[in-house]
Amino acid sequence: MKITGAEILLKSLKKEGVKHIFGYPGGVVLNIFDLLYDDKDLNLILTRHEQGAIHAADGYARASGKVGVALVTSGPGATNTVTGIATASMDSIPLVVFSGQVPTMLIGNDAFQEADIVGITRPCTKYNYLVKDVGDLAHIVREAFHIASSGRPGPVLIDLPKDVTAGKAEFVWPESMDIRSYKPRYEGNKWMIQKAAALIAKATRPVIVAGGGVVLSGAHKELRELAQMTGIPVTMTLMGLGGFPGSHKLSLGMPGMHGTYYANKAIQESDLLVAVGMRFDDRVTGKTDSFAPHAKIVHIDIDPTSIRKNIRVDIPVVGDVKRVLTQLNKVLKDEKKEQWAAVKKKWLAQIEAWKKERPLSYEASDKVIKPQFVVQKIYELTRGDAVITTEVGQNQMWAAQFYKFDKPRQWLTSGGLGTMGYGFPAAIGAQMAVPEKLVIDIAGDGSIQMNIQELATAVVNNLPVKVAILNNRYLGMVRQWQELFFQERYSHTSLDVTPDFVKVAEAYGAVGLRAEKPSEVEPVLKEAFSTRKPVVMDFVVDWTEKVYPMVPAGAPIDHMLFPEEEKPEKKKLRAVK
Amino acid sequence: MRHTISLLVENKFGVLSRVSGLFSGRGYNIESLSVGVTTDPRVSQMTIVTRGDDQIIEQITKQLNKLIDVIKVTDMVELEHVEREMILLKVAPRPERKFEVFQLAETFRGKIVDSSERTYTVEITGDEDKIEAFINLMKPMGIKELVRTGKVAIAREGVKT
Repeated sequence: MKITGAEILLKSLKKEGVKHIFGYPGGVVLNIFDLLYDDKDLNLILTRHEQGAIHAADGYARASGKVGVALVTSGPGATNTVTGIATASMDSIPLVVFSGQVPTMLIGNDAFQEADIVGITRPCTKYNYLVKDVGDLAHIVREAFHIASSGRPGPVLIDLPKDVTAGKAEFVWPESMDIRSYKPRYEGNKWMIQKAAALIAKATRPVIVAGGGVVLSGAHKELRELAQMTGIPVTMTLMGLGGFPGSHKLSLGMPGMHGTYYANKAIQESDLLVAVGMRFDDRVTGKTDSFAPHAKIVHIDIDPTSIRKNIRVDIPVVGDVKRVLTQLNKVLKDEKKEQWAAVKKKWLAQIEAWKKERPLSYEASDKVIKPQFVVQKIYELTRGDAVITTEVGQNQMWAAQFYKFDKPRQWLTSGGLGTMGYGFPAAIGAQMAVPEKLVIDIAGDGSIQMNIQELATAVVNNLPVKVAILNNRYLGMVRQWQELFFQERYSHTSLDVTPDFVKVAEAYGAVGLRAEKPSEVEPVLKEAFSTRKPVVMDFVVDWTEKVYPMVPAGAPIDHMLFPEEEKPEKKKLRAVK
Repeated sequence: MRHTISLLVENKFGVLSRVSGLFSGRGYNIESLSVGVTTDPRVSQMTIVTRGDDQIIEQITKQLNKLIDVIKVTDMVELEHVEREMILLKVAPRPERKFEVFQLAETFRGKIVDSSERTYTVEITGDEDKIEAFINLMKPMGIKELVRTGKVAIAREGVKT
């Protein structure tokens, strides 16, 4: 029996186990929306902007490990998804995005609400399709989910012309999937793994650098086993936070531009780096020529293009992190462990000394709220058991520094693209994925205004997400750069007019709370966490506070700036504003 | 260093733009590109000439391999291979030099594929050196127009991967 393209689409989504779709309707997708009206199994969450829909699907994917799904209309609906798709692409997040398209006979005619979205998204998707024949639809959906979720995951877009959703075909679901030109390699090369094991066994100052690949492949147990068995300390990149327990004694926290003193020192002094599911982003490496100058480098990654892209590598291992670590651990088990402990004792003692020398810290105050203090309190009150999303900027870095992530999929942030406006819609998606968890967006007053309209989505869907705004009345990270590198010329970073966030929350039907003094922080957080509604918390924080340590862009990562290098008279001046 | 990269790709719309977009998006230059279908109508063959140091060429071949529609990538530098390109060259020689055009075309095993009162169009195939030499010899004849295909390359038998 022949059924319509829209019916084929919904049937295919159910076959893929989809329950939630984030989206926004429009003329050319009405055939699909009309079917969704009566569908009991597919829940469409209406966001207030298509960018919000994609970030929500992305947050859903990151929190659940499933593929996130979004559905939007053609033209502006589709182009509004580009930032979200690029965000997911940079962070390797599996998404399938359906965009509506004008009828096939009008494509290329500059029809109303037409955009060449397949062309526009080609560089920021893992793959994309324009469905020209309704008979191909089921197969394409199956293929899209396969591509999005296998190998190095990523977003896939399917463009659906209106006549394809209206046209009819038999529903034929391909049970197996084989794409001749797409065969990700999962097993690591045995010889390379043996060579890597040999290097690990004889290293005296080794460091593991764990990236987002550890979280994506679910390799946190294998990574912990490797670290504990060998006694190698682990630093987690921004995307890798939660891939190794942040509170573990072998944890070095984050490396790079705003990484810890001890992570950066350890990397620079190391004789072996084991890079696991990470891609040597410039925010991690700083000046590449002087990155880890004494170290041999073992690089494990499923994507061969990540290897030797930025950094020379001695032992490349292409494969899925979880499988490769399992293979590696097996080889290492036969080595003489007691010997390692003795060798690494000195190294670990050195790291302990660095940790004591310069721990992550800030100057506490009882007069003005320090943003780091808010993050610390959130960590204490949630006992590290919340899902934290962030916006981008200082709020993101303080959250990464002062919240310890012990488990994967607790930390959702736009790492690669650095997308302001990501955190709040992502929190909405995450809350849909893990309804029982406390989901908190740590935000800045600038970023939150980029997708603040999604308050409506949270309220309508009864999603008890919390937003903690670290409100410093500035685009803080840019201001920090202006202060340090542009002679304090604060060009357009002061947000002189910010809305009253409490009133904004209330206007949308959410709860708004404000803290202006350090003593109010804990009561506000407690009240928010015990409210089963969306809550916006406006923390009026010290606007002079900066993120430290800081490696200036393009400098070697052990060239770190610290707060005590600020001139005291400057500090005083700023405080009087 | 210059590399000739041979690609087998799915014969679908949009594949060429995925391949060329990879080069432009990453700031690599394509010196020449030629595409044609193979004996299997579902598969096309592309030959791309590009330039870069070892690290860039390694990235290019890996990135090409990563594209979903790319079936096989071969860097011809690693293989004994034959390269050819073709030009069509329209010259308008002075009457007393007309015969020279004929002679040179013959010497280079070219063909006159079109002629008019004032012009000849010569077809020449060969490797880059031969093509360049022929163009240089034709310059004094008065080149009116010149079109050049990209390179095509094939591995010599016995060394095929």
